Amino acid sequence: MARENVRRRFEYEKFGPLIALAILFVISAFASPYFLQTQNLLNILRQVSYTGIIALGMTFVIISGGIDLSVGSMVALVGGVVILALNWLVGIFGAGGEAWAILLALLVGLLFGAGLGALNGLMITLGKIAPFIATLGTMAIFRSMALYIGSAGVFRSESRLFPDLGMGRVLGIPNPVVVFIGLAVVFAIILNKTRYGRYLCAVGSNPKVAKYSAIKVNLTRFISYVAVGITVGFSAVFLSARLNSMSSTNGGLNYELDAIAAVIIGGTPMTGGSGSILGTVIGAITLGIINNMLNMLGVSPYLQGTVKGVVIIGAVLIQRKRAQ
Amino acid sequence: MGDVLIETQGISKEFSGVRVLDNVGIEINKGEIFGIIGENGAGKSTLVKILSGIYTPTEGKVFFEGNEVDIKDPLHAKAIGISMIPQEFNLINELNVYENIFLGSEITSKGFLKKREMKKRTVSLLEELKKSIHPEEKIERLSVAQKQMVEIAKAIAFDSKLLIMDEPTTVLTLNEIETLFDLMRNLKESGVTIIYISHKLKEVREICDRVMVLRDGKTISISQTDEADEEEMARRMVGRDLSQVFPEKVSPSEEIVFEVEGLSSHGLLEDISFGLRKGEILGFAGLVGAGRTELAETIIGIRKKDSGKISINGKSVEIRSPIDAVKSKIAYLSEDRQGSGVLTSFDMIKNTTLISLPAYSKILINNKLEKEKTKKYVDKFNIRAASLKTRLEFFSGGNQQKVSLAKSLDPEPEIFIFDEPTRGIDVNAKREIYRFMNELVREGVSCILISSELEEIIGMCNRVIVMKEGRITGILEGEHINEEEIMLHATGLKGVA
Repeated sequence: MARENVRRRFEYEKFGPLIALAILFVISAFASPYFLQTQNLLNILRQVSYTGIIALGMTFVIISGGIDLSVGSMVALVGGVVILALNWLVGIFGAGGEAWAILLALLVGLLFGAGLGALNGLMITLGKIAPFIATLGTMAIFRSMALYIGSAGVFRSESRLFPDLGMGRVLGIPNPVVVFIGLAVVFAIILNKTRYGRYLCAVGSNPKVAKYSAIKVNLTRFISYVAVGITVGFSAVFLSARLNSMSSTNGGLNYELDAIAAVIIGGTPMTGGSGSILGTVIGAITLGIINNMLNMLGVSPYLQGTVKGVVIIGAVLIQRKRAQ
Repeated sequence: MGDVLIETQGISKEFSGVRVLDNVGIEINKGEIFGIIGENGAGKSTLVKILSGIYTPTEGKVFFEGNEVDIKDPLHAKAIGISMIPQEFNLINELNVYENIFLGSEITSKGFLKKREMKKRTVSLLEELKKSIHPEEKIERLSVAQKQMVEIAKAIAFDSKLLIMDEPTTVLTLNEIETLFDLMRNLKESGVTIIYISHKLKEVREICDRVMVLRDGKTISISQTDEADEEEMARRMVGRDLSQVFPEKVSPSEEIVFEVEGLSSHGLLEDISFGLRKGEILGFAGLVGAGRTELAETIIGIRKKDSGKISINGKSVEIRSPIDAVKSKIAYLSEDRQGSGVLTSFDMIKNTTLISLPAYSKILINNKLEKEKTKKYVDKFNIRAASLKTRLEFFSGGNQQKVSLAKSLDPEPEIFIFDEPTRGIDVNAKREIYRFMNELVREGVSCILISSELEEIIGMCNRVIVMKEGRITGILEGEHINEEEIMLHATGLKGVA
């Protein structure tokens, strides 16, 4: 009997978020005739891809037993720096080499994001500061740096080609969605098929056992913060490319909430030790559909936060029931 | 016989379908010292946890002073006059002695604490125990034995009718044990009933009026203490002759494969030197807190050493972390199975290959290879589990320990440190682990066995090192490996202290 229960619970854990998404999907299809239109569905995917990409890295951080609150501010700072770098590079390469300038700017964004993630990681591993506190601090610092560099205004790109990166499509699928899906596959392989993924779960599950098992606990945790920094880099580049600018005040605002929410709705426990990239993708899309439906049904935007909050709390409640 | 104070009828307890206590009935008289003996996992602690309100029985009734009682929680137990000295300390480190003793039952007047009164009571309680501990000393600064005395003071501070002691002497020296026994006799004189749990037969014979033997949750016998000698009691506890439990010892070669010289670590270890022979089982005995686990953790690089040298096959090695230890072919089986041994949220396969994972992966992990290897361990150790994918939290202690063994063994160590390898597992699993250690030394692996179970040390080891307070007090060989010699060295009555 006991064994039966164990198995049933296990499968529910795996498919719970997917079933929830399927139900939401069906309800939405009935509630609005526009929902199932390809353009609307692609729109939803594009809208969630910016925070969805970050949620992939966030999944790693949460599995390791940590949290990163600084990602939203990091988007603004990285986006701002990318645009400054792009403008400078365009000046050097001239109109003919704009594509090169954009490619280099993308690289700058990824490296800078990785660097900021490394800063968080160092404080948390070597400095032994609690992840919540360390990233709460850098959340304030990164935003303030973005505001200072951008004089509390908007970073504007002088490139004519840059928006093509943000608005472009591959086989009809918007670029950020392609990146989101591509990165999700990479992260899923790392998590499930490589040593690093195994170590990440071990460290999050019980750091002491991991240490006794000859695993480099600090390095493993450090890498997870670098990983989330790189995802912020991708997100910041594609977000600023779409608008051809980045606001130092509003850029990436509250992204940390959506990213963490996607991870939690996807079934990754806040206590760490295990997690699912597919779950996070499902979580991000769930959030997107909820937003989309509320918009189509004409619910006041002020109330959308309430619905989102209820969904997050509900997801955690179901998780806790499962754990018991 | 006098009046019956507490009686149980058909008490049973199940944990997730496993019956750990089966239809136990006892009657204990007022003013009696009642001993309960049995091996680890026999159900001793479960029984007294039911009597003190920590567990509720699955079946059965408890009568206290003639009335049926349903003991809801430890507070309720305390209120009707049952207090317990638990096996593990239940003190708050950040508070001081008197605050702990009166925790939850503070003496107050008009809502304010009467600190002076509580301190005075504490001093007189500790005087009774012949211990001079300052009532305002912080618990974290006390030695293990002092903490134990505070626990005892806490239990007798309130006039209890029934006092339950769960292995109270594990950490005490012989003198302290004598003081405790005097106190128990005094309490008995004044009409207090005591349940005394131990696996030290000698002590039970010395202090108890009657003794119950528990094995696998069942009552094997209840008899007057003088009716059965120690050997007979041991037979009842184990259910067979002790000689069957341990395999025949293997003689090691003379070659020293592992050597520690002058290892010191401030406040924990002092000038530890010893050599381990190829194919030897070298025992480490001593009281809790003697520094044996700390020594093992220093050897494998979990703790920093201040000075000293470690060499393997004559070559000096520097081990700064468990990563270096694995490279030097040293394995450590932790005493704290769930705290630092296995990952309970991982399945058997992922646990087995956790240390040796690099051998299973270039870029991607070879899941098939992992699975095949794990299956071999399932056969080798007779691991019983629903499937290879079952998470370890659903395993019994014995099966978890076998997975922990497989995990330590998979990197193919040449030196294997076992730290309390049989703690909290059943007799059959124990025998399998002994047999496995025997197999290992036959293959030429050299083993260190840290254990608090003297029978295990005596039954398994070629030589025994005894430690006390971070120092080696003796190295015993041959006929000197016996209970008395070990205890004399462990308590510092013999050897270099």
